[in-house]
Amino acid sequence: MTVDVVVTGLGATTPLGGDVASTWESLVAGRSGVGPLTQDWAAQLPVRIAAQLAVEPSEKLDRVKLRRLDRVEAIALIAAYEAWRDAGFGEPAGDNRPDPERLAVSIGTGIGGALTLLNQDDILEASGPRRVSPHTIPMLMPNGPAAWVGLDLDAKAGVRMVASACATGAEAISLGLDTIRAGRADVVVAGGTEAVIHPLPIAGFASMRAMSTRNDEPERASRPFDKARDGFVFGEGAGMVVLERAEHAAARGARVYARLAGAGLTSDGYDIVQPDPQGRGAARAIAAALRDSGVARSDVVHVNAHATSTPVGDIAEIVSLHAALGDHAVITATKSMTGHLLGAAGALESIATILAIVHGVVPPTINLDDPDDGVDLDVAAHKARHMDIPAALNNSFGFGGHNVALVFTRP
Amino acid sequence: MTRDEITAGLAEILEEVAGVNPDDVVEGKSFTDDLDVDSLSMVEVVVAAEEKFGVKIPDDEVQNLRTVGDAVSYIEKAG
Repeated sequence: MTVDVVVTGLGATTPLGGDVASTWESLVAGRSGVGPLTQDWAAQLPVRIAAQLAVEPSEKLDRVKLRRLDRVEAIALIAAYEAWRDAGFGEPAGDNRPDPERLAVSIGTGIGGALTLLNQDDILEASGPRRVSPHTIPMLMPNGPAAWVGLDLDAKAGVRMVASACATGAEAISLGLDTIRAGRADVVVAGGTEAVIHPLPIAGFASMRAMSTRNDEPERASRPFDKARDGFVFGEGAGMVVLERAEHAAARGARVYARLAGAGLTSDGYDIVQPDPQGRGAARAIAAALRDSGVARSDVVHVNAHATSTPVGDIAEIVSLHAALGDHAVITATKSMTGHLLGAAGALESIATILAIVHGVVPPTINLDDPDDGVDLDVAAHKARHMDIPAALNNSFGFGGHNVALVFTRP
Repeated sequence: MTRDEITAGLAEILEEVAGVNPDDVVEGKSFTDDLDVDSLSMVEVVVAAEEKFGVKIPDDEVQNLRTVGDAVSYIEKAG
C-alpha cells in the first residue's frame, strides 16, 4: 500500500514578497517582481534587469549569523523557518516538533554559493590567501543550504541535496516524497533556493542568448507564451514545503493544504541545454507523474507550467501537455511575475500550485498579449481565474535535460 | 598601547565577528568557554587583530591564547 504524503507547511521569500502570504497576494493580483539592475556593475551587461528579493535577508536574520551564510543559505533558512512555523511546529529546541530522527531535509540549489566563491576570489586576488574567510567553504558548498536548515531544525533522518538546474526545487520535493514513502522519515522540509544575481552568471546566461534583453520595460520582459518573448528573466529566492506522512499529520491535528499525490522524473537524452522541441521527455515525466498519483487526467484541471519565456522551451511544453495531459486544463506561467528562480523555481511554483488548489484561483500569466502560434491551450492571460481545482500539475525542466512533474490534489 | 586599549580593540573585533557583548570582554574570560567563539570565528578574530594591532600571530601561537588576557599579553609583547 502506498503511503499518503501531505503538505502541511509553506515558506518563501521571493521577488514578490518576504513570505508566502505577500507572494501569493502579488501573484493573484498579477504584479511583476522584475525591475532594473541599478548596481554599477550592471551598466556593462547586455541584460540589466532581474527579479530581486522584495525583502533583504538582513531584515529577518541577525548580522552575526549572516556573516557565515551565503545569501543562498540565508534565504533557504528564512523560507524553511516560515514553513516550519506554518506547519504548527514550535521552537526547534522545544517539545512541539517532530522526532529529530524522523525529520529529514531535501533542499537543492541550481548554482549554490557562487556569490561567496566570486567575492572571496576577489579578496584572494586583492589581499592574499590569509584574508580569505574561514567560512568560505561552508558558505559555497552546494549542500550548505540543506545542511544549515538541517542543523537549525535539528533534522537527523538525513540531509539531502539535489541539483538538477532549473528542475532542482521540484526534484527536491520529489525526493522528499520518496523519503517518506520509503519509511525513512515522517516529516521532510523540502524545497529549493537560489541567489546568484552577479555579473558573472548573468554574463554567462546572456552569452547563451537565453535571457530577455527588454531592459527598457522590466515588468514586461518575462512573457511566457507571448509571441514577443525573448528569453527568461533572472530571479532569486527560496521556496520550502513541509511534507508529512498523512497519518503523522492527522495524529497531531495538523492543517493539511494538499496531498502530494505523485511525481514523474525523466531525462531528455537530447542536448545539454536545448529542450527537445517535441517535448518527449517532458511528456513522459507528466505521464509518469499521473500514473504515480493514480489521479484521473480529467481531474487535473490546472497546470503551473515551467514556461520560462524562451522561444523554444515554451512551445515544447505546450506540445508535451497536449501529448500527456490533453487540452482541458487551465495553464499559467507564474514566471511572468516572479522571473526565473532557477533552482528555487520548482519549489516556489509548487507552492503556487498548492495555493491554487486551496483557494480555487489560478494566478494569471501577465504580459501574454499575443499568444504565439502553437499556444493553443487555455492559458490564464492577464487575470486570475477562479475555478474548482481538485488536482493540479507542476512542471519543471532543467539544463541537462531534467524533467520533473508533480501532481498535487486536495487532501 | 595599554592593556586596556588592547582589550577595547579586541572587544570591537569580537563584537563585529562573533556578536560578543563588549562588556563581557575582560581579561579572565575564555574565548571558547565564556564568549562562545568557535574555531572558525577565532581565525577571523586573529586575522582582524593582526591588522588592527600591526602584529603577527602565528597559527602555533593561537592555541596558547585561551583567554582575553592571554591575547592581550601576546599583542602587548609583540607590538
